[in-house]
Amino acid sequence: MPDATGLELIAQELAGSAPDGEDPVLQTLHFRGRGTLLVRREGIRTVLEQLRGKGYGFLSSVHGVDHYPEEPRLGVIYELLDMARVDRITVKVRVSLDDPHVDSVTPQWPTADHQEREVYDMFGVVFDGHPDLRRILMPEDYEGHPQRRDFPVGGEPVIFTHNENEAMGTEP
Amino acid sequence: MSGQPTMSEYRRREQSITLSPVEEQVDTSQELLTLNFGPHHPATHGVLRLLVTLQGELVRDVKPIIGYVHTGIEKTAEDKAYWKVIPVIERMDYLSYYFNSMAFCGAVETLLEVEVPRRAQYLRVIHMELNRIMSHLVWLGTSALDLGAISMFWYCFREREKILDLFEMSSGQRMHTRYFQVGGVIEDIPDGFAAKLAGFLKEMPGRADQYGALLNKNEIVLQRLRGTCPLDADSLLALGVTGPLLRAAGYPWDLRKADPYCCYEEFDFKIPVGTVGDNYDRYAVRLAEMYESVKIATQALEGLPEGPHITEDRKVALPPRHELATSMEALIHHFKLVTEGFRVPPGEVYFPIESPRGELGCFVRSDGSSKPARVHMRDPSFVNLQATSKMVEGSYIADMIATLAMLDPVLGGIDR
Repeated sequence: MPDATGLELIAQELAGSAPDGEDPVLQTLHFRGRGTLLVRREGIRTVLEQLRGKGYGFLSSVHGVDHYPEEPRLGVIYELLDMARVDRITVKVRVSLDDPHVDSVTPQWPTADHQEREVYDMFGVVFDGHPDLRRILMPEDYEGHPQRRDFPVGGEPVIFTHNENEAMGTEP
Repeated sequence: MSGQPTMSEYRRREQSITLSPVEEQVDTSQELLTLNFGPHHPATHGVLRLLVTLQGELVRDVKPIIGYVHTGIEKTAEDKAYWKVIPVIERMDYLSYYFNSMAFCGAVETLLEVEVPRRAQYLRVIHMELNRIMSHLVWLGTSALDLGAISMFWYCFREREKILDLFEMSSGQRMHTRYFQVGGVIEDIPDGFAAKLAGFLKEMPGRADQYGALLNKNEIVLQRLRGTCPLDADSLLALGVTGPLLRAAGYPWDLRKADPYCCYEEFDFKIPVGTVGDNYDRYAVRLAEMYESVKIATQALEGLPEGPHITEDRKVALPPRHELATSMEALIHHFKLVTEGFRVPPGEVYFPIESPRGELGCFVRSDGSSKPARVHMRDPSFVNLQATSKMVEGSYIADMIATLAMLDPVLGGIDR
């Protein structure tokens, strides 16, 4: 785990080598011995590539989070792992509900494929450049993104033969 | 009609059938056929559906379709106090319930900065390693069934029953035991558990020897597994595959060794690895892991430290039952814990452990209340499943069945 100083160093190096000259790192956070970089969404691909160059070559997890009621609400979290030094670092992107677009990292990291689809399915984050962005766990015709914090628990009719037409809104 | 025996209707129809090949212009060897495989199929180990594109008997493409047992456990967890999340989270990957609760409890303990007593950590190790053997036994039995060996199933489930008996002894439940709690384990092991466990640990290596003797040089097993559907370590790492599948390709990555949690650094064990990463290596690595798990559990039982089995922090763990009759403070703590639960400082934590299938990571985000704001399981089966098409492309459909068995996916964990 990079300590607080090591995390700042990584953040500085990322700022210094940004291709468009803009600092991709918005914030660094050191919590419970683990470092997190909050980055601009435009910079996610380059940040992950640069971290790969620093040894973080294994993307162990991609998952979504909803910060309701804070804005920007949606977050995508990338857990990177350096297998040689056994060191983990977390990269995070936050987007608003109005414009929930993040560049997909699936072309560079094949493991992100299913996991980005799950984040899209559950939170409605659209991953631009994903080869096959479809729902993965919920049915294809499902409406809404159930892991959002303002999505109610329960209240959905369970469809049986006797209430099929009623629940689906179809003619008998 | 004169003297000739009359031909029955059946015989006449039979004679009219021509077995000569159908003359067609299409080259059938080049034709692609898309076949739906599952979701209800005994070889899919649950409700997994595969869209398989075949050219003759060769698999050209596989698309896994999942979500049939999605029950929204992550969503349910957000509506429950932290300690009530444990029972639902155990039901994700239903073959490795101790691991699910370990990942979750570990994440919450990191957030709370609670220290877990050493006796509790050792008890956790014992139960997790028993669970690993149990999970591998179910895998071995069902996989052998896929390859046509039915007796292996009975042998494996015979040993599995003994492990479940032990679980029942320590917690009262055979599956989904809710034994691990935030801060330790719910109860100390009962009298007689240690002796029964020692007996099992003594017996198990001999049983594993028998499985090896039945399968290792079995002609059918060799033909079905050796050299089929290999995948190199670099491709596996790019696809995020961990656990026995990665180790079978010769990459010795095991979180118990690399990034020890729960006192694993105190035990002496080896990481079995394969060489080429074919199905036979995947089989051999898991079989070898059972011996290592027995070794770890034996050491943990012999070196089991004395002391409390759960943290003394009354803000997190329930007070002992006998205190409730005499101590007002204990009663208040008990009431607060049971009604509201404990509050967890705000923050986000990702806690990875080595489950029987690979890296099982639990992400918990707390907003400072007594219910988690987000619980996510990075389930190894979910990630490993992405490697299926890479593994089986270009091989025979029969090898796809064997590969699916060796992949060891648990759909409860995939769909959550």
